[in-house]
Amino acid sequence: MTVPAAERVARRVEHVMGMPVSLALRGLHTDDDEADAAWAAVLASLRETDRVFSTYRDDSVVAAIRRGELAVADAPRDVAEVLALGARAARASDGAFSVWRPGPDAHPVLDPSGVVKGWALERAAAALHAMPGTDSCVSAGGDMVCRSRSGQPWRVGIEDPHDPARVLATVEITDGAVATSGAAHRGPHVVDARTGAVPGSVAQVTVVAASLTDADIDATAAYALGARAAQWLGQRVGRSGLVVWADGTTTTVTTT
Amino acid sequence: MVSPVTARSRLDRGTRRIALCGLTTLGAVVLLFSYRTSTSAELPDAAGNAAADAGSSGTGATAAAAVPAAVPAAGSGAGSGEAPSGRPGWSGTVTGPVVQVKWGQVQVRATLRQGRITAVDVLRHPDENARDRQINAAAVPQLVSETLQVQSARIDMVSGATFTSTGYVQSLQAALDRAGTT
Repeated sequence: MTVPAAERVARRVEHVMGMPVSLALRGLHTDDDEADAAWAAVLASLRETDRVFSTYRDDSVVAAIRRGELAVADAPRDVAEVLALGARAARASDGAFSVWRPGPDAHPVLDPSGVVKGWALERAAAALHAMPGTDSCVSAGGDMVCRSRSGQPWRVGIEDPHDPARVLATVEITDGAVATSGAAHRGPHVVDARTGAVPGSVAQVTVVAASLTDADIDATAAYALGARAAQWLGQRVGRSGLVVWADGTTTTVTTT
Repeated sequence: MVSPVTARSRLDRGTRRIALCGLTTLGAVVLLFSYRTSTSAELPDAAGNAAADAGSSGTGATAAAAVPAAVPAAGSGAGSGEAPSGRPGWSGTVTGPVVQVKWGQVQVRATLRQGRITAVDVLRHPDENARDRQINAAAVPQLVSETLQVQSARIDMVSGATFTSTGYVQSLQAALDRAGTT
């Protein structure tokens, strides 16, 4: 298939924070120095986030908080911002979503992973949006921020959790974000923070929103709510999405 | 011994503090209603209308006025299930009415602990502009009816449950990335 020159998409991929970060660019700056610099800025921003928030690195700020060496109140401002987002999501989901989970000795353990990824990529993508005349779509492990200055939307396929070689649906994004939460690639890693239970009836939740911070949090929260995922998502303002149930049926959620 | 003058000035300070507290609350309400809006005109009016529409008792300067005529969040399971007005130690959530202001609808929910507002969430707010709203509303996933391989339809990106670096190798996104980088 021949792609018209105007639609040529230049792509890059780099592995950061243990996941692939994929970039697609169209328009004025796709392969030049400005594109290189913007991509380097995106990656540097993500690596800085990892240095602060990683739950895998002993030298991260979050690790220091977990060990009790650093009080939350003394942590960098970014940490407070992420915790505030987590607290807001916990209230919105009646506690199903939380950045605090019960530890072995009933002491709450900080795990901001559910907030950090979307928030970090939303922030990092600003470097791409600063390029004039260029459409960009950047994905970190399947969650993405897409912006089109040309007006031609980015077409995002939503993966089938039961067969990752297929897409179940497509959504066109001109300026917004898509996030998907589920167990397809990493196994069960999202639990209902109130019960510790792995959601059984829902296989995957995809959320479309104006910002990836919101889309990512709501996808995780809806997934953690299990059977209530679609109903809850339907009440969220400015969100649409797709819920795939364990039996393979789907529910499309439209914006309110 | 306290002279009448001193006593009076103390009273003044107290009154001032109450007034200041009221102003701070009003400020919070105004801030609340200006949340994520690009139009800042007539903000005080909006807050005033909000209170009037909600049938506020007219105190205007208490913390409860920030969520006028609020009702306990339906089905949230939070709180005692009774209206918090006049209950100093009340804990729970209260959801305000949907208020129509000039540039859209506003609705807030407050979380109270021991009678103090600990958090305010905006449940409904006007979008930054109508154009944004149209774009977002249009972005609803369209189901693909038949088996669709990446080769047979134009897809720019793939959204899926978090790919690890190893799981990525077999993903459609990896196929797209390879197609674009060769």
